[in-house]
Amino acid sequence: MSNANIVPITMPKWGLSMQEGKVVEWLAQEGALLKLGDQVVDIETEKIANTFEALDAGILRRIVAQPDEVLPIGALLGVLAPAEVSDAEVDEYIAEFQKNYVPPAPEEGEGSDGFQFIEAGGYKLRYSKMGDGARVIILLHGFGGDAAGWLFNQGALAANATVYALDLPGHGQSSKALNDSSVQHLAATVVAFMDALEIAKAELVGHSLGGAIALQAAVDHPNRVSALALIGSAGLGAEINAGYINGFIAAESRKEMKPLLEQLVADANLINRTLINDILQFKRIDGVGEALTAIAKGFQDGSRQTVNLRANLEGLDIPIKVIWGSKDAIIPASHASGLPAKVSVTVLDGFGHLVQLEAAAEVNKLLA
Amino acid sequence: MARKITYQQAINEAIDQEMARDENIVLMGEDVVGGSGSDGEMDAWGGVLGVTKGLYGKYGDRIMDTPISESGFVGAAVGAAASGLRPICELMFIDFMGVCFDQIFNQAAKFRYMFGGKAETPVVIRTMYGAGFRAAAQHSQCLYPLFTHIPGLKVVLPSSPYDVKGLLIQAIRDNDPVIFCEHKVLYTMEGDVPEESYTIPFGEANIVREGDDVTIVAFGRMVQQALKAATALAKEGISCEVIDPRTTSPLDEDSILESVENTGRLVVVDEASPRCGMAADISALVARKGFSSLKAPIEVVTPPHTPVPFAGKLEDLYVPNPDKIAAAVRATAGYNA
Amino acid sequence: MAQALSVEDLLDAYRTMKTIREFEDRVHVEFAKGGIPGFVHLYAGEEASATGVGMHLRDDDRLASNHRGHGHCIAKGVEVKGMMAEIYGKRTGTCRGKGGSMHIADLDTGMMGANGIVGGGPPLVCGAALAAKRKGKGGLAVAFCGDGASNQGTVFEAMNLATVWKLPVVFVFENNGYAEATDSRFSVSCKDIAQRAIGFGMPGRIVDGHDFFAVHEAFAEAAERARSGGGPSLIEHKLDRFFGHFEGDNQKYRPAGEVARLREETCCIKRFAKKVTGEHGITAQQLAAIDDEVAKLIDEAVAFAETSPEPEASDLLTDVYIKY
Repeated sequence: MSNANIVPITMPKWGLSMQEGKVVEWLAQEGALLKLGDQVVDIETEKIANTFEALDAGILRRIVAQPDEVLPIGALLGVLAPAEVSDAEVDEYIAEFQKNYVPPAPEEGEGSDGFQFIEAGGYKLRYSKMGDGARVIILLHGFGGDAAGWLFNQGALAANATVYALDLPGHGQSSKALNDSSVQHLAATVVAFMDALEIAKAELVGHSLGGAIALQAAVDHPNRVSALALIGSAGLGAEINAGYINGFIAAESRKEMKPLLEQLVADANLINRTLINDILQFKRIDGVGEALTAIAKGFQDGSRQTVNLRANLEGLDIPIKVIWGSKDAIIPASHASGLPAKVSVTVLDGFGHLVQLEAAAEVNKLLA
Repeated sequence: MARKITYQQAINEAIDQEMARDENIVLMGEDVVGGSGSDGEMDAWGGVLGVTKGLYGKYGDRIMDTPISESGFVGAAVGAAASGLRPICELMFIDFMGVCFDQIFNQAAKFRYMFGGKAETPVVIRTMYGAGFRAAAQHSQCLYPLFTHIPGLKVVLPSSPYDVKGLLIQAIRDNDPVIFCEHKVLYTMEGDVPEESYTIPFGEANIVREGDDVTIVAFGRMVQQALKAATALAKEGISCEVIDPRTTSPLDEDSILESVENTGRLVVVDEASPRCGMAADISALVARKGFSSLKAPIEVVTPPHTPVPFAGKLEDLYVPNPDKIAAAVRATAGYNA
Repeated sequence: MAQALSVEDLLDAYRTMKTIREFEDRVHVEFAKGGIPGFVHLYAGEEASATGVGMHLRDDDRLASNHRGHGHCIAKGVEVKGMMAEIYGKRTGTCRGKGGSMHIADLDTGMMGANGIVGGGPPLVCGAALAAKRKGKGGLAVAFCGDGASNQGTVFEAMNLATVWKLPVVFVFENNGYAEATDSRFSVSCKDIAQRAIGFGMPGRIVDGHDFFAVHEAFAEAAERARSGGGPSLIEHKLDRFFGHFEGDNQKYRPAGEVARLREETCCIKRFAKKVTGEHGITAQQLAAIDDEVAKLIDEAVAFAETSPEPEASDLLTDVYIKY
């Protein structure tokens, strides 16, 4: 059998709640030679639309799923195979795949969405855990975000690591009432989370405010942090789009929220109805407004950032990566310049603040 | 948001959480406890369908059975609201508004305006509406257009467990009288509902499904029927946008008009009688303010202008269903297409 | 039961009754001149009823009135200039000109509103009484109804509910003999409205509504019962109105000379004055001084109303939650 040379492209699972996706448009044509990271097909889930990028190199021999088809995760979208594999063998592979494919049954009950809760640092914290590698990574979202925002990253990183994504206090489904809203306190809470799960040491990947928290944790608790990856991070300079922060706190309706969220990305089409609804649903929970107001005061003063940890980078004896989208409209990519030589800096051209979402494959590669 | 509970449980939870938060909230209605004054058990019913069951055990005399005298206790709720309490009053069936309407539309609705802005009337009147229970002409109506007609009332039609909890908490915290209409068929509907308290603002429509070809505006239970129709129509290549206004008063006119601007075609689905109802109202709105966007005549799907019949076969014919909605969508989608 | 009334109390009572009378007589005149829009229902002749009750009410007690509500408002402490301006439909009115004669309300003084719906108030006072009961500070609520309202279902429902929930409510029925143009001997199915109390499990009393002292004494007992958790009471005030149902009423349903006779024979103010000057050591001069004071107040109120601005066009859309 030549099946070993044939590689399927299947409906990805983006985020814990995704059960199916819709094929929007193929960006690669049959016969195209794909390399890792090439844009292959646009897929829309109920949460978000995104481009699926090649996970393997090879020739796109067959497009199986047609535009507008809605398919469960793991369903066959297309087939990659070298030129020497015959069309008949491709047909046979497809027939075999389809015969054996069983869509995953939707899970039900407690924890079926992949999230768990733990008491730590005086809070009830929600988190998800994927993978079981020896390497331990903790993903820290930004202001107003939550653990589910790592939907394009957590699964990929979990291929060879244990990856936790956490709802910070005041966010997602974690406790909303804060004991303290400083970056230091939030960093201590991350360490308390590690204590509760008996994680001795972890790599911290932080986005935006989560980056400042990760960096603060490394400064305050050096023996607990083995590496840092800071994405579009706060804490590395003074400039910040305070209009976004204030607007996010104040926005009550879809109409107010949409233009704000569009500032997070270079491609505004990423911001769809469900994403906006999810954010609004979060914001309408009792205590969220107060929590966000307090947290915002903890790292900026309404015009500039008030926590600057840039000077601490030099003294940290751990690997540090800094990743930025060149079109970041919240915290400027210029904050990635002038960092100590030991810091590995990558600015991805053409992407916005949510670079881990817009350029997931590239960011995952950098974090791998 | 993995926890799934029913529409009915979501109502109970909203009331429970709000009563725990604010001791000025009281709940009154016919058999909302059940058993008052009897020699048997208290909380025997917890409402005729058990929606408020268990609250008496937690809140005691803040949950009050009333005599069957809707004018008396609805008026008492209104008077209490004007005197510092925040009553939730259960009018068992919306059909019973006939025996207490004065207290709602001449009293509660008027105070703030008529008293020059000096009065607040934070009362919620929860009431069950809609056909589908074989309950016949006096227990199955959709009379919310009558309330919508009255300035000073807010009128809410939650269509899902998530919405019913957030909208009810919003209603309880609102300082104006709110008519909160619960469709009896939806009580058993399950859905994701956060455990925490949250609110959904009045006057913001929910775009339940996005689409480009036809806008369907549907109310209350009809939202679910419209979604079924939209799913079926997608297979025919007709892409429907389904809009749930959530509140008929205030009405999110902008979301409807913006959607029609994009699709150019409108179907309004309402379980209320066709004349002077929401279907007529939304049609008039779009004809008046969205005329230039329209590519086809507006279609409406409503029951016939008859009382709600009893026999199952007749009641099923009476209520708009996904097939009828789909037919209307096809008609408008096919016009000059 | 009735606490002793001091000279000060009696002068206050006189001032209130006289203010109501002067207010209504003046509205009668100004309405006829065309200065007042809409329609008004005047309370003249019934002053002892509102005053005798009102003297027992605390600021946190609540009162729901009816279409003939000016007297109740004054007795509950609503400011007279604002009332007059309201009746004129002026922006300075109690309700900024948006309520009018039938809807004067001032929740700060516990006045829940005159009411254009006969029988509209009693269910509302049950709610006010429920709020008072929950506060636990001995507050009460009183509903003023006429003989007409005594036949409304809402009133029966409210009386039943008040007993079922043991609410601190007093239902005062001002039986002036006519519901609009229909005699209560025709429209009320029992001899006395007070008899209906039995059916609702509460005490009922008949009181001469022209007699301030009788009203004051009877209400003291009902208020004591309400404030101490004893539940509701019903009091029927038998009295007369000196004007028609509304201004412009031809009153042909009343026998010729009835009003003139009543003004002479049953005037509660004349009766009060005679009694207090005879038995309580109050002088005619003291009362005359109050008369002057009241006349001045009403003059000022009318001048204030007449010179006050109309509402702004923009007021049309304020104080309502939804604008289309």
